[in-house]
Amino acid sequence: MATFLGINLFGLFGQLLVGLINGSFYALLSLGLAIIFGLLKIINFAQGAMYMLGAFAAWLALNYLGINYWAALVVVPLVVGLVGVLMERFLIRPIANEDHLYSLLLTFGFALMLQGLFTHMYGSSGLSYSIPEALSGGTKLPFMYLPDYRAWIICASVVVCGLTWWMIEKTKLGAYLRAGTENPQLMQAFGINVPLIVTLTFGFGVALAGLAGVMAAPIYSVTPDMGSNLLIVVFAIVVIGGMGSIGGAILTGLGMGVIEGLTKYFYPEASNTVIFLVMVIVLLLKPAGLFGKEA
Amino acid sequence: MSTHREKLRIADLHAFYGESHILHGIDMHVMQGELVTLLGRNGSGRSTTLRAIMNMVGRRTGSININGTETIGLPAHKIAHLGLGYCPEERGIFSSLNVEENLLLPPPVRSDGMSVEELYEMFPNLYERRYSQGTRLSGGEQQMLALARILRSGANILLLDEITEGLAPVIVQKLGEVLVKLKERGLTILLVEQNFRFAAPIADRHYVMEHGHIVEEVQADELEAKTELLNTYLGV
Repeated sequence: MATFLGINLFGLFGQLLVGLINGSFYALLSLGLAIIFGLLKIINFAQGAMYMLGAFAAWLALNYLGINYWAALVVVPLVVGLVGVLMERFLIRPIANEDHLYSLLLTFGFALMLQGLFTHMYGSSGLSYSIPEALSGGTKLPFMYLPDYRAWIICASVVVCGLTWWMIEKTKLGAYLRAGTENPQLMQAFGINVPLIVTLTFGFGVALAGLAGVMAAPIYSVTPDMGSNLLIVVFAIVVIGGMGSIGGAILTGLGMGVIEGLTKYFYPEASNTVIFLVMVIVLLLKPAGLFGKEA
Repeated sequence: MSTHREKLRIADLHAFYGESHILHGIDMHVMQGELVTLLGRNGSGRSTTLRAIMNMVGRRTGSININGTETIGLPAHKIAHLGLGYCPEERGIFSSLNVEENLLLPPPVRSDGMSVEELYEMFPNLYERRYSQGTRLSGGEQQMLALARILRSGANILLLDEITEGLAPVIVQKLGEVLVKLKERGLTILLVEQNFRFAAPIADRHYVMEHGHIVEEVQADELEAKTELLNTYLGV
Protein backbone atom coordinates (compact mmCIF):
# COMPACT_ATOMS: atom_id res chain seq x y z
CA MET A 1 0.00 0.00 0.00
CA ALA A 2 1.34 3.42 -0.96
CA THR A 3 2.15 5.49 2.08
CA PHE A 4 3.89 8.81 2.61
CA LEU A 5 4.99 9.92 6.10
CA GLY A 6 2.73 7.21 7.44
CA ILE A 7 -0.29 8.46 5.54
CA ASN A 8 -2.26 5.99 3.47
CA LEU A 9 -2.36 7.80 0.14
CA PHE A 10 -5.15 5.66 -1.31
CA GLY A 11 -7.37 6.48 1.63
CA LEU A 12 -6.42 10.13 1.63
CA PHE A 13 -7.00 10.68 -2.08
CA GLY A 14 -10.22 8.68 -1.90
CA GLN A 15 -11.56 10.98 0.81
CA LEU A 16 -10.30 14.03 -1.08
CA LEU A 17 -12.27 12.87 -4.10
CA VAL A 18 -15.41 12.34 -2.04
CA GLY A 19 -14.83 15.78 -0.56
CA LEU A 20 -14.52 17.36 -4.00
CA ILE A 21 -17.72 15.65 -5.16
CA ASN A 22 -19.63 16.85 -2.10
CA GLY A 23 -18.00 20.24 -2.56
CA SER A 24 -19.27 20.37 -6.14
CA PHE A 25 -22.83 19.93 -4.93
CA TYR A 26 -22.29 22.37 -2.06
CA ALA A 27 -21.00 24.93 -4.57
CA LEU A 28 -23.97 24.57 -6.93
CA LEU A 29 -26.50 24.74 -4.11
CA SER A 30 -24.91 27.55 -2.17
CA LEU A 31 -24.41 29.53 -5.38
CA GLY A 32 -28.16 29.38 -6.01
CA LEU A 33 -28.85 30.41 -2.43
CA ALA A 34 -26.33 33.25 -2.59
CA ILE A 35 -27.85 34.60 -5.79
CA ILE A 36 -31.35 34.48 -4.37
CA PHE A 37 -30.30 35.98 -1.07
CA GLY A 38 -28.06 38.57 -2.71
CA LEU A 39 -30.70 39.95 -5.02
CA LEU A 40 -33.94 39.29 -3.25
CA LYS A 41 -32.95 39.15 0.40
CA ILE A 42 -35.07 36.02 0.49
CA ILE A 43 -33.83 33.24 2.69
CA ASN A 44 -34.93 30.37 0.49
CA PHE A 45 -35.40 27.32 2.70
CA ALA A 46 -36.92 25.49 -0.26
CA GLN A 47 -33.54 25.28 -2.03
CA GLY A 48 -32.98 21.76 -0.67
CA ALA A 49 -36.46 20.69 -1.76
CA MET A 50 -35.71 22.02 -5.25
CA TYR A 51 -32.58 19.87 -5.34
CA MET A 52 -34.72 16.88 -4.34
CA LEU A 53 -37.30 17.88 -6.93
CA GLY A 54 -34.54 17.92 -9.58
CA ALA A 55 -33.46 14.40 -8.67
CA PHE A 56 -37.04 13.08 -8.64
CA ALA A 57 -37.83 14.88 -11.89
CA ALA A 58 -34.84 13.17 -13.52
CA TRP A 59 -36.03 9.78 -12.23
CA LEU A 60 -39.63 10.39 -13.34
CA ALA A 61 -38.51 11.68 -16.74
CA LEU A 62 -36.42 8.56 -17.31
CA ASN A 63 -38.99 6.06 -16.09
CA TYR A 64 -42.19 7.57 -17.48
CA LEU A 65 -41.12 9.67 -20.44
CA GLY A 66 -37.94 7.93 -21.53
CA ILE A 67 -35.95 11.15 -21.21
CA ASN A 68 -32.33 10.11 -20.65
CA TYR A 69 -29.75 11.65 -18.34
CA TRP A 70 -28.30 14.07 -20.88
CA ALA A 71 -31.66 15.44 -21.92
CA ALA A 72 -32.66 15.65 -18.26
CA LEU A 73 -29.63 17.85 -17.58
CA VAL A 74 -31.29 20.47 -19.78
CA VAL A 75 -35.00 19.81 -19.28
CA VAL A 76 -35.12 19.32 -15.52
CA PRO A 77 -33.43 22.61 -14.55
CA LEU A 78 -35.89 24.38 -16.87
CA VAL A 79 -38.85 22.67 -15.19
CA VAL A 80 -37.53 23.29 -11.68
CA GLY A 81 -36.70 26.88 -12.67
CA LEU A 82 -40.28 27.31 -13.82
CA VAL A 83 -41.50 26.05 -10.45
CA GLY A 84 -39.23 28.70 -8.93
CA VAL A 85 -40.63 31.41 -11.19
CA LEU A 86 -44.20 30.53 -10.23
CA MET A 87 -43.22 30.33 -6.57
CA GLU A 88 -41.64 33.79 -6.65
CA ARG A 89 -44.48 35.34 -8.59
CA PHE A 90 -47.40 33.93 -6.61
CA LEU A 91 -46.05 33.05 -3.16
CA ILE A 92 -43.06 35.24 -2.42
CA ARG A 93 -43.88 38.49 -4.17
CA PRO A 94 -47.12 39.06 -2.22
CA ILE A 95 -45.10 39.06 1.02
CA ALA A 96 -42.03 40.81 -0.40
CA ASN A 97 -42.49 43.86 1.83
CA GLU A 98 -42.94 41.87 5.03
CA ASP A 99 -40.20 40.88 7.44
CA HIS A 100 -37.71 38.27 6.15
CA LEU A 101 -39.11 35.81 8.65
CA TYR A 102 -42.24 35.49 6.51
CA SER A 103 -40.38 34.32 3.42
CA LEU A 104 -38.25 32.04 5.57
CA LEU A 105 -41.35 30.39 7.04
CA LEU A 106 -43.12 30.29 3.70
CA THR A 107 -40.25 28.61 1.86
CA PHE A 108 -39.68 26.24 4.77
CA GLY A 109 -43.36 25.25 4.72
CA PHE A 110 -43.28 24.85 0.97
CA ALA A 111 -40.24 22.56 1.29
CA LEU A 112 -41.97 20.42 3.92
CA MET A 113 -45.05 20.09 1.71
CA LEU A 114 -43.01 18.99 -1.29
CA GLN A 115 -41.05 16.56 0.85
CA GLY A 116 -44.27 15.17 2.32
CA LEU A 117 -45.83 14.82 -1.10
CA PHE A 118 -42.91 12.78 -2.44
CA THR A 119 -42.74 10.67 0.70
CA HIS A 120 -46.44 9.91 0.30
CA MET A 121 -46.04 8.96 -3.34
CA TYR A 122 -42.67 7.19 -3.41
CA GLY A 123 -41.90 6.33 0.20
CA SER A 124 -38.74 7.29 2.02
CA SER A 125 -36.51 4.34 1.14
CA GLY A 126 -35.15 5.87 -2.05
CA LEU A 127 -35.15 5.21 -5.77
CA SER A 128 -32.13 4.32 -7.84
CA TYR A 129 -30.98 6.00 -11.02
CA SER A 130 -28.17 4.42 -12.95
CA ILE A 131 -25.07 6.19 -14.15
CA PRO A 132 -25.28 7.00 -17.87
CA GLU A 133 -23.41 4.43 -19.94
CA ALA A 134 -20.94 6.89 -21.43
CA LEU A 135 -19.67 7.71 -17.94
CA SER A 136 -19.78 4.29 -16.32
CA GLY A 137 -16.05 3.63 -16.72
CA GLY A 138 -13.13 5.02 -14.79
CA THR A 139 -9.48 5.96 -14.94
CA LYS A 140 -6.65 4.52 -12.89
CA LEU A 141 -4.50 7.29 -11.47
CA PRO A 142 -1.25 6.74 -9.51
CA PHE A 143 -2.89 6.80 -6.09
CA MET A 144 -6.52 6.21 -6.82
CA TYR A 145 -9.24 5.00 -9.14
CA LEU A 146 -11.26 7.89 -10.55
CA PRO A 147 -14.74 6.93 -11.79
CA ASP A 148 -15.64 8.90 -14.91
CA TYR A 149 -18.98 10.01 -13.52
CA ARG A 150 -17.32 11.60 -10.50
CA ALA A 151 -14.80 13.40 -12.68
CA TRP A 152 -17.69 14.63 -14.79
CA ILE A 153 -19.52 16.02 -11.76
CA ILE A 154 -16.52 18.01 -10.61
CA CYS A 155 -15.87 19.41 -14.10
CA ALA A 156 -19.53 20.20 -14.79
CA SER A 157 -19.96 21.91 -11.45
CA VAL A 158 -16.83 24.01 -11.88
CA VAL A 159 -17.89 25.04 -15.39
CA VAL A 160 -21.47 25.91 -14.39
CA CYS A 161 -20.32 27.85 -11.33
CA GLY A 162 -17.65 29.63 -13.35
CA LEU A 163 -20.10 30.63 -16.07
CA THR A 164 -22.61 31.86 -13.50
CA TRP A 165 -19.92 33.90 -11.75
CA TRP A 166 -18.83 35.40 -15.07
CA MET A 167 -22.41 36.24 -16.01
CA ILE A 168 -23.05 38.03 -12.74
CA GLU A 169 -19.73 39.79 -12.30
CA LYS A 170 -18.72 40.57 -15.87
CA THR A 171 -21.75 41.07 -18.10
CA LYS A 172 -24.26 43.86 -18.56
CA LEU A 173 -27.08 41.64 -17.33
CA GLY A 174 -25.02 40.95 -14.22
CA ALA A 175 -24.48 44.68 -13.72
CA TYR A 176 -28.26 45.19 -13.82
CA LEU A 177 -28.57 42.44 -11.28
CA ARG A 178 -25.93 43.84 -8.92
CA ALA A 179 -27.25 47.39 -9.25
CA GLY A 180 -30.82 46.16 -8.84
CA THR A 181 -29.79 44.58 -5.55
CA GLU A 182 -28.36 47.83 -4.33
CA ASN A 183 -31.05 50.28 -5.38
CA PRO A 184 -34.05 48.67 -7.08
CA GLN A 185 -36.07 51.88 -7.14
CA LEU A 186 -33.43 53.82 -9.01
CA MET A 187 -32.99 50.97 -11.48
CA GLN A 188 -36.72 51.16 -12.19
CA ALA A 189 -36.32 54.89 -12.75
CA PHE A 190 -33.61 54.09 -15.32
CA GLY A 191 -36.15 51.98 -17.18
CA ILE A 192 -35.18 48.48 -15.99
CA ASN A 193 -38.00 46.08 -15.21
CA VAL A 194 -36.68 45.03 -11.81
CA PRO A 195 -39.60 42.76 -10.80
CA LEU A 196 -39.04 40.72 -13.97
CA ILE A 197 -35.30 40.43 -13.24
CA VAL A 198 -36.14 39.38 -9.68
CA THR A 199 -38.49 36.64 -10.87
CA LEU A 200 -36.03 35.31 -13.45
CA THR A 201 -33.17 35.42 -10.97
CA PHE A 202 -35.13 33.45 -8.44
CA GLY A 203 -35.95 30.95 -11.18
CA PHE A 204 -32.28 30.72 -12.13
CA GLY A 205 -31.10 30.21 -8.55
CA VAL A 206 -33.65 27.45 -8.09
CA ALA A 207 -32.77 25.90 -11.47
CA LEU A 208 -29.19 25.51 -10.23
CA ALA A 209 -30.52 23.38 -7.39
CA GLY A 210 -32.54 21.38 -9.92
CA LEU A 211 -29.39 20.79 -11.98
CA ALA A 212 -27.52 19.65 -8.88
CA GLY A 213 -30.41 17.26 -8.23
CA VAL A 214 -30.08 15.65 -11.67
CA MET A 215 -26.33 15.30 -11.23
CA ALA A 216 -26.82 13.79 -7.79
CA ALA A 217 -29.42 11.22 -8.83
CA PRO A 218 -26.93 8.59 -10.12
CA ILE A 219 -24.62 8.71 -7.08
CA TYR A 220 -26.80 9.47 -4.09
CA SER A 221 -30.05 7.64 -3.64
CA VAL A 222 -33.09 9.66 -4.69
CA THR A 223 -35.06 10.21 -1.48
CA PRO A 224 -37.55 12.85 -0.35
CA ASP A 225 -35.25 14.03 2.42
CA MET A 226 -32.04 14.21 0.37
CA GLY A 227 -32.40 17.99 0.20
CA SER A 228 -33.25 18.73 3.79
CA ASN A 229 -30.16 16.84 4.96
CA LEU A 230 -28.00 19.04 2.80
CA LEU A 231 -29.75 22.34 3.35
CA ILE A 232 -28.31 23.17 6.74
CA VAL A 233 -24.75 22.50 5.58
CA VAL A 234 -25.34 24.63 2.50
CA PHE A 235 -26.65 27.49 4.62
CA ALA A 236 -23.55 27.25 6.79
CA ILE A 237 -21.45 27.49 3.62
CA VAL A 238 -23.26 30.60 2.43
CA VAL A 239 -22.67 32.17 5.85
CA ILE A 240 -18.97 31.24 5.80
CA GLY A 241 -18.53 32.55 2.24
CA GLY A 242 -20.34 35.78 3.05
CA MET A 243 -24.06 36.30 2.51
CA GLY A 244 -24.67 37.32 -1.07
CA SER A 245 -21.09 36.86 -2.29
CA ILE A 246 -21.21 34.86 -5.53
CA GLY A 247 -17.53 33.93 -5.75
CA GLY A 248 -17.48 33.33 -1.99
CA ALA A 249 -20.28 30.77 -2.21
CA ILE A 250 -18.53 28.84 -4.99
CA LEU A 251 -15.06 28.76 -3.44
CA THR A 252 -16.37 28.04 0.04
CA GLY A 253 -18.60 25.27 -1.30
CA LEU A 254 -15.69 23.46 -2.92
CA GLY A 255 -13.35 24.25 -0.04
CA MET A 256 -15.70 22.97 2.64
CA GLY A 257 -16.22 19.75 0.69
CA VAL A 258 -12.45 19.20 0.73
CA ILE A 259 -12.11 20.10 4.40
CA GLU A 260 -14.91 17.69 5.20
CA GLY A 261 -13.15 14.99 3.15
CA LEU A 262 -9.82 15.56 4.90
CA THR A 263 -11.51 15.44 8.28
CA LYS A 264 -13.09 12.13 7.32
CA TYR A 265 -9.62 10.77 6.78
CA PHE A 266 -7.78 12.25 9.76
CA TYR A 267 -10.53 12.37 12.38
CA PRO A 268 -13.76 10.84 11.04
CA GLU A 269 -15.72 11.55 14.22
CA ALA A 270 -15.61 15.28 13.48
CA SER A 271 -16.51 15.12 9.80
CA ASN A 272 -20.16 16.01 10.35
CA THR A 273 -19.39 18.98 12.54
CA VAL A 274 -16.25 20.43 10.99
CA ILE A 275 -18.17 22.81 8.69
CA PHE A 276 -20.06 24.26 11.63
CA LEU A 277 -16.84 24.60 13.57
CA VAL A 278 -15.39 26.57 10.65
CA MET A 279 -18.55 28.66 10.59
CA VAL A 280 -18.19 29.57 14.26
CA ILE A 281 -14.53 30.51 13.83
CA VAL A 282 -15.21 32.58 10.71
CA LEU A 283 -18.14 34.38 12.31
CA LEU A 284 -16.00 35.24 15.34
CA LEU A 285 -13.11 36.58 13.24
CA LYS A 286 -14.96 37.96 10.19
CA PRO A 287 -18.65 38.42 10.94
CA ALA A 288 -19.48 39.28 7.32
CA GLY A 289 -18.02 35.98 6.09
CA LEU A 290 -14.79 35.23 4.23
CA PHE A 291 -15.78 37.09 1.05
CA GLY A 292 -18.63 39.25 2.34
CA LYS A 293 -18.51 43.02 2.36
CA GLU A 294 -18.43 44.49 5.84
CA ALA A 295 -21.60 46.46 6.37
CA MET B 1 -50.49 77.02 -26.76
CA SER B 2 -48.12 74.96 -28.86
CA THR B 3 -48.66 71.57 -27.22
CA HIS B 4 -46.12 69.80 -29.41
CA ARG B 5 -43.32 71.73 -27.74
CA GLU B 6 -44.61 70.98 -24.29
CA LYS B 7 -42.42 68.24 -22.80
CA LEU B 8 -44.05 67.91 -19.42
CA ARG B 9 -47.48 68.88 -18.14
CA ILE B 10 -48.62 68.05 -14.64
CA ALA B 11 -52.20 68.61 -13.53
CA ASP B 12 -53.72 68.19 -10.08
CA LEU B 13 -50.94 65.85 -8.94
CA HIS B 14 -51.35 64.35 -5.48
CA ALA B 15 -48.72 62.05 -4.01
CA PHE B 16 -48.75 59.89 -0.90
CA TYR B 17 -46.19 57.94 1.11
CA GLY B 18 -48.30 55.44 3.02
CA GLU B 19 -50.79 57.55 4.95
CA SER B 20 -48.95 60.83 4.49
CA HIS B 21 -50.32 63.10 1.82
CA ILE B 22 -47.26 64.96 0.46
CA LEU B 23 -48.33 66.74 -2.72
CA HIS B 24 -51.68 68.53 -2.74
CA GLY B 25 -52.61 69.18 -6.35
CA ILE B 26 -49.57 70.34 -8.30
CA ASP B 27 -50.07 72.06 -11.66
CA MET B 28 -47.05 72.90 -13.77
CA HIS B 29 -45.55 72.52 -17.20
CA VAL B 30 -42.12 72.61 -18.82
CA MET B 31 -41.54 73.51 -22.48
CA GLN B 32 -38.89 71.99 -24.68
CA GLY B 33 -35.46 73.49 -24.11
CA GLU B 34 -36.57 75.23 -20.93
CA LEU B 35 -34.69 75.10 -17.66
CA VAL B 36 -37.21 75.35 -14.85
CA THR B 37 -36.45 75.21 -11.15
CA LEU B 38 -38.48 74.10 -8.20
CA LEU B 39 -37.59 76.33 -5.28
CA GLY B 40 -38.73 76.01 -1.71
CA ARG B 41 -37.70 75.06 1.78
CA ASN B 42 -36.73 71.54 2.76
CA GLY B 43 -39.83 69.39 3.03
CA SER B 44 -41.93 71.57 0.74
CA GLY B 45 -42.41 68.67 -1.68
CA ARG B 46 -39.89 69.51 -4.43
CA SER B 47 -38.05 66.17 -4.39
CA THR B 48 -41.37 64.35 -4.04
CA THR B 49 -42.56 66.08 -7.21
CA LEU B 50 -39.61 64.61 -9.15
CA ARG B 51 -40.11 61.21 -7.54
CA ALA B 52 -43.82 61.32 -8.34
CA ILE B 53 -43.01 62.01 -12.00
CA MET B 54 -40.79 58.88 -11.97
CA ASN B 55 -43.51 56.89 -10.16
CA MET B 56 -41.24 56.37 -7.16
CA VAL B 57 -43.79 57.39 -4.52
CA GLY B 58 -46.25 55.15 -2.76
CA ARG B 59 -49.33 56.38 -4.61
CA ARG B 60 -50.09 59.24 -6.97
CA THR B 61 -53.21 60.65 -8.59
CA GLY B 62 -53.86 63.34 -11.15
CA SER B 63 -52.21 63.64 -14.53
CA ILE B 64 -48.58 63.61 -15.66
CA ASN B 65 -48.19 64.04 -19.38
CA ILE B 66 -44.70 63.44 -20.78
CA ASN B 67 -44.06 64.18 -24.44
CA GLY B 68 -47.79 63.79 -25.10
CA THR B 69 -48.15 60.48 -23.24
CA GLU B 70 -50.25 60.19 -20.08
CA THR B 71 -48.07 58.34 -17.54
CA ILE B 72 -50.08 58.27 -14.33
CA GLY B 73 -50.96 54.60 -14.92
CA LEU B 74 -47.56 53.49 -16.27
CA PRO B 75 -45.29 51.18 -14.24
CA ALA B 76 -42.08 52.83 -13.02
CA HIS B 77 -39.77 51.07 -15.47
CA LYS B 78 -41.65 52.34 -18.53
CA ILE B 79 -41.36 56.02 -17.68
CA ALA B 80 -37.65 56.51 -18.43
CA HIS B 81 -38.24 55.22 -21.94
CA LEU B 82 -40.25 58.35 -22.75
CA GLY B 83 -36.91 60.17 -22.65
CA LEU B 84 -36.57 60.95 -18.96
CA GLY B 85 -33.33 60.97 -17.00
CA TYR B 86 -33.53 61.19 -13.22
CA CYS B 87 -30.68 62.21 -10.96
CA PRO B 88 -31.64 61.56 -7.32
CA GLU B 89 -30.65 63.80 -4.43
CA GLU B 90 -28.41 61.12 -2.92
CA ARG B 91 -26.84 60.69 -6.39
CA GLY B 92 -27.43 56.95 -6.42
CA ILE B 93 -23.95 55.84 -7.47
CA PHE B 94 -23.74 52.05 -7.20
CA SER B 95 -20.96 50.82 -4.94
CA SER B 96 -21.00 47.36 -6.52
CA LEU B 97 -20.00 48.85 -9.89
CA ASN B 98 -16.94 50.78 -10.98
CA VAL B 99 -17.13 54.25 -12.53
CA GLU B 100 -17.35 53.03 -16.11
CA GLU B 101 -19.94 50.37 -15.25
CA ASN B 102 -21.98 53.05 -13.48
CA LEU B 103 -21.70 55.24 -16.56
CA LEU B 104 -22.82 52.44 -18.89
CA LEU B 105 -25.56 51.16 -16.59
CA PRO B 106 -28.76 52.99 -17.58
CA PRO B 107 -30.12 51.44 -20.78
CA PRO B 108 -30.56 53.82 -23.72
CA VAL B 109 -33.98 55.47 -23.65
CA ARG B 110 -33.48 57.35 -26.92
CA SER B 111 -31.07 56.76 -29.77
CA ASP B 112 -29.03 59.97 -29.71
CA GLY B 113 -27.38 59.83 -26.30
CA MET B 114 -23.94 61.35 -25.79
CA SER B 115 -21.03 59.00 -26.43
CA VAL B 116 -18.71 57.86 -23.68
CA GLU B 117 -15.84 59.79 -25.33
CA GLU B 118 -17.89 62.99 -25.36
CA LEU B 119 -18.77 62.53 -21.70
CA TYR B 120 -15.17 61.83 -20.69
CA GLU B 121 -14.23 65.01 -22.51
CA MET B 122 -16.89 66.91 -20.59
CA PHE B 123 -15.84 65.30 -17.28
CA PRO B 124 -12.11 64.44 -17.53
CA ASN B 125 -12.01 63.35 -13.86
CA LEU B 126 -14.32 60.46 -14.63
CA TYR B 127 -11.97 59.20 -17.35
CA GLU B 128 -8.99 59.26 -15.00
CA ARG B 129 -10.90 57.29 -12.38
CA ARG B 130 -12.93 55.05 -14.66
CA TYR B 131 -11.84 51.82 -12.96
CA SER B 132 -12.37 53.04 -9.38
CA GLN B 133 -15.30 51.83 -7.34
CA GLY B 134 -18.18 54.25 -7.97
CA THR B 135 -18.60 55.32 -4.38
CA ARG B 136 -14.87 56.04 -3.92
CA LEU B 137 -15.22 59.19 -5.99
CA SER B 138 -15.44 62.59 -4.32
CA GLY B 139 -18.91 64.09 -3.92
CA GLY B 140 -18.39 66.34 -6.93
CA GLU B 141 -17.16 63.49 -9.11
CA GLN B 142 -20.11 61.34 -8.04
CA GLN B 143 -22.45 64.13 -9.03
CA MET B 144 -20.81 64.40 -12.44
CA LEU B 145 -21.09 60.63 -12.85
CA ALA B 146 -24.78 60.71 -11.90
CA LEU B 147 -25.34 63.41 -14.52
CA ALA B 148 -23.13 61.79 -17.17
CA ARG B 149 -24.87 58.43 -17.02
CA ILE B 150 -28.31 59.89 -17.80
CA LEU B 151 -26.83 61.96 -20.63
CA ARG B 152 -25.42 58.77 -22.16
CA SER B 153 -28.86 57.17 -22.05
CA GLY B 154 -30.10 59.82 -24.46
CA ALA B 155 -32.66 61.27 -22.05
CA ASN B 156 -33.78 64.70 -23.23
CA ILE B 157 -35.85 65.63 -20.21
CA LEU B 158 -33.65 65.78 -17.14
CA LEU B 159 -35.01 65.78 -13.60
CA LEU B 160 -32.16 66.91 -11.35
CA ASP B 161 -32.51 66.90 -7.58
CA GLU B 162 -30.21 69.22 -5.59
CA ILE B 163 -27.17 68.61 -7.75
CA THR B 164 -25.08 71.30 -6.09
CA GLU B 165 -25.76 70.26 -2.52
CA GLY B 166 -22.63 70.06 -0.40
CA LEU B 167 -20.22 70.71 -3.28
CA ALA B 168 -17.28 73.11 -3.45
CA PRO B 169 -17.90 76.42 -5.28
CA VAL B 170 -15.55 75.52 -8.14
CA ILE B 171 -17.53 72.33 -8.81
CA VAL B 172 -20.84 74.14 -8.53
CA GLN B 173 -19.55 76.55 -11.17
CA LYS B 174 -18.53 73.63 -13.41
CA LEU B 175 -22.01 72.09 -13.05
CA GLY B 176 -23.55 75.45 -13.98
CA GLU B 177 -21.46 75.51 -17.16
CA VAL B 178 -22.57 71.97 -17.98
CA LEU B 179 -26.24 72.85 -17.55
CA VAL B 180 -25.87 75.84 -19.85
CA LYS B 181 -24.25 73.57 -22.47
CA LEU B 182 -27.07 71.04 -22.15
CA LYS B 183 -29.64 73.78 -22.53
CA GLU B 184 -27.89 74.93 -25.70
CA ARG B 185 -28.27 71.38 -27.02
CA GLY B 186 -32.03 71.72 -26.56
CA LEU B 187 -32.42 69.52 -23.49
CA THR B 188 -35.31 70.20 -21.15
CA ILE B 189 -34.36 70.46 -17.50
CA LEU B 190 -36.41 70.49 -14.32
CA LEU B 191 -34.11 71.36 -11.46
CA VAL B 192 -34.79 71.11 -7.74
CA GLU B 193 -32.42 73.59 -6.19
CA GLN B 194 -31.71 75.06 -2.80
CA ASN B 195 -28.92 77.30 -4.05
CA PHE B 196 -30.86 80.17 -5.51
CA ARG B 197 -27.73 82.03 -6.61
CA PHE B 198 -26.78 78.98 -8.70
CA ALA B 199 -30.20 78.65 -10.29
CA ALA B 200 -31.13 82.30 -10.88
CA PRO B 201 -28.76 83.13 -13.76
CA ILE B 202 -29.37 79.92 -15.76
CA ALA B 203 -33.10 79.26 -15.30
CA ASP B 204 -35.95 80.45 -17.52
CA ARG B 205 -38.65 80.07 -14.92
CA HIS B 206 -39.08 79.18 -11.28
CA TYR B 207 -41.88 77.49 -9.38
CA VAL B 208 -41.96 78.09 -5.65
CA MET B 209 -43.32 75.29 -3.51
CA GLU B 210 -44.64 75.28 0.03
CA HIS B 211 -46.41 72.50 1.96
CA GLY B 212 -46.95 70.43 -1.17
CA HIS B 213 -48.46 73.28 -3.18
CA ILE B 214 -47.05 75.51 -5.89
CA VAL B 215 -47.47 78.98 -4.43
CA GLU B 216 -45.75 81.14 -7.02
CA GLU B 217 -44.49 81.06 -10.57
CA VAL B 218 -41.69 83.53 -11.37
CA GLN B 219 -40.29 84.30 -14.83
CA ALA B 220 -36.55 84.94 -15.06
CA ASP B 221 -37.13 88.60 -15.89
CA GLU B 222 -39.40 89.09 -12.88
CA LEU B 223 -36.77 87.95 -10.42
CA GLU B 224 -35.65 91.38 -9.38
CA ALA B 225 -39.18 92.67 -8.84
CA LYS B 226 -40.12 89.62 -6.80
CA THR B 227 -36.93 89.24 -4.75
CA GLU B 228 -38.60 90.20 -1.53
CA LEU B 229 -41.47 87.79 -2.07
CA LEU B 230 -39.01 84.98 -2.81
CA ASN B 231 -37.03 85.80 0.29
CA THR B 232 -40.12 85.32 2.44
CA TYR B 233 -40.90 81.99 0.82
CA LEU B 234 -37.35 80.66 0.89
CA GLY B 235 -36.49 82.17 4.23
CA VAL B 236 -33.08 83.43 3.10
